[in-house]
Amino acid sequence: MSAARMETAGAGTAAIGTVASVAPAHGVLVELRDLRRSFGTVRALDGMDLTINPGELVVLLGPSGCGKTTALRVLAGLEDADSGRITVDGRDISSVPTSKRDMGMVFQAYSLFPHMTALQNVEFGLTLRGKGSAERRRIAGNYLELVGLSEQAGRYARQLSGGQQQRVALARALAIEPKVLLLDEPLSALDAKVRVQLRDEIRRIQLELGITTLFVTHDQEEALAVADRVGVMWEGRIQQIASPAELYTAPVNKFVAEFVGLSNPLPGTASEGAATVLGQRVPLLPGSPQSGSVTVLVRPEAVTLVPGPDSAVGTDARSGSVAGTIVGTSFLGATGRAQVRLTDGTLIIAQIASAEVAVLRVGETVDIRLEQVPALAVAPRGA
Amino acid sequence: MTTSVAAPPPRDAARPQQLRRTMRRKQTTIRWIVIAVIMAFFLIPLLSMLYFSLRFPLSGKWTGQAWSNVIHMGSLAASDPADYGQLWTGLKNSAVLVVLTVVIMVVLLVPTMTWVRLRVKWLSRTVEFICLLPLTIPAIVLVVGLGPVYRIVSNVLSTNTIWLCFVYVVLVLPFAYRALDAGLAAIDLTTLSEAARSLGAHWFRVMWQIVLPNIRSAVVSACFISVALVLGEFTIAQLLARDNLQTGIFLVSQSDGQLAVTMSLAALILAFVLLMVLSLFSGDGRRTKGAST
Repeated sequence: MSAARMETAGAGTAAIGTVASVAPAHGVLVELRDLRRSFGTVRALDGMDLTINPGELVVLLGPSGCGKTTALRVLAGLEDADSGRITVDGRDISSVPTSKRDMGMVFQAYSLFPHMTALQNVEFGLTLRGKGSAERRRIAGNYLELVGLSEQAGRYARQLSGGQQQRVALARALAIEPKVLLLDEPLSALDAKVRVQLRDEIRRIQLELGITTLFVTHDQEEALAVADRVGVMWEGRIQQIASPAELYTAPVNKFVAEFVGLSNPLPGTASEGAATVLGQRVPLLPGSPQSGSVTVLVRPEAVTLVPGPDSAVGTDARSGSVAGTIVGTSFLGATGRAQVRLTDGTLIIAQIASAEVAVLRVGETVDIRLEQVPALAVAPRGA
Repeated sequence: MTTSVAAPPPRDAARPQQLRRTMRRKQTTIRWIVIAVIMAFFLIPLLSMLYFSLRFPLSGKWTGQAWSNVIHMGSLAASDPADYGQLWTGLKNSAVLVVLTVVIMVVLLVPTMTWVRLRVKWLSRTVEFICLLPLTIPAIVLVVGLGPVYRIVSNVLSTNTIWLCFVYVVLVLPFAYRALDAGLAAIDLTTLSEAARSLGAHWFRVMWQIVLPNIRSAVVSACFISVALVLGEFTIAQLLARDNLQTGIFLVSQSDGQLAVTMSLAALILAFVLLMVLSLFSGDGRRTKGAST
């Protein structure tokens, strides 16, 4: 592929080709409507609705057993839905068999055919589409170059690392020029460094090809890093689907707020669009109760710690802040976390600059101040 | 002047080398004794058969006549249908039975076991039980039940010995099941088949191009066992009055013991060669190619 520009994505990364010599896909509109699927008494999908716009990468995020993989498998045709409808560009494919759905899929487990080389694996789908030998070889070679594995074309799966195997699987899924790309936790078996590299490659390739993609993961960092929109799933339904930023800053319910990022559930009293928490006023997000006792979910980065020799554990009536005792700190690189215990036993996590964490000592008393960042409030537990 | 203080020898090194050498020699000797006993167990009967096939028992004269007769069995069958004819027919029938049994076993068992693993996992215990059942039923008992069945088979099809293939498939089920089960368990069948289907493969192609190549060793093992079992089967053929290799050898042994023994040995060698050929055929060339990782 002489026309392809080659670039190196950091140390230890294979040379990656660009999309110049592979056909860009035309994104399609995918709609899942009122999908239901039960396994015995377990409802894996409970009226799930999802729209994926042409060329968009949507990530389904959720804990194990929330139904995200079932949704992807139903879309791929590997599971039958009990009811509901799946359309691709308006065409109902609910009863179309897997082999005719024209969807490329990368699996969580390594799925390369062990008796074939990397090149033969990529060629497999092309053979089924009646492509001639020379054309097959050319297309497969181009896609292997796209994922940076031209040199390994003649290798068998057992001769490739986990990351390389998943790249070949990605090339194999893309080589058939599918309408939709389905990624079922493709990075979960890889080590942390390879995971980040491959995650970025997947996003780059997806953007260059413009292929409509559904990505399933339980890793929120992964989801927030690659997605155009993230759908948080729980109990067989999408609780919220939004851009990563919106999902983080404006979660619609307690589950989303607690699942995406960390939050401190603090008791407060709501009134006039804000809540009084730890003696301080915090603006509330839309959808929060507007009056009465509430639990406010405060993000750790909205908590500021002020060390002071005069601080005493308890509420400072003048500043409106509350003092607590440092019970633990952790260094996370650019930032750090400190755990502060209040007199009533409430534990608060604050995410602050690592330089600030470094000067904190366990047992030290600090003032806790809450920033004026809108937070979600929910009805208190048991209310 | 410098003085060096020798470090205390490690515990293992402190052990006298002489003792370790003696132990190693003893282990090697024991190993060779075990191998020799096993080889003797297998080879003495075979060498005895070879000796008996080459030395005429009454005169003590060494001759290759029995082997020549085995090689020219086809032409001798025409001239002496009483002895050689029976044996020749039995040999041909067994050859056809081997092929039919292996083909039916593979066609029946491989897709069934694959399907059970992929789609109806809850049925796997039942299938396993059914497949292993023939192991617990002695052939003589089996024949009692098979008698009426084969009366129907004789009416519907014919009395030809080749229809014994059905019961032979039943007989090889336990062994073939175990071999194939091990092969299927060694691959991620679900993921591989789903990957192939997502790429556009239909079930037949999934079976033929993905599953079979990856369980080739298991299939060949199942074939090995089937070939050996069919070539050695006597009881059912005899009790159902069909002619196979073993019944032919039995008949010949009553008039020509040397020929019977020679034929038995030839059948063993044939089976051995066949198994070697199958083994070579199943040999995975990728292993040598892939060794450079």
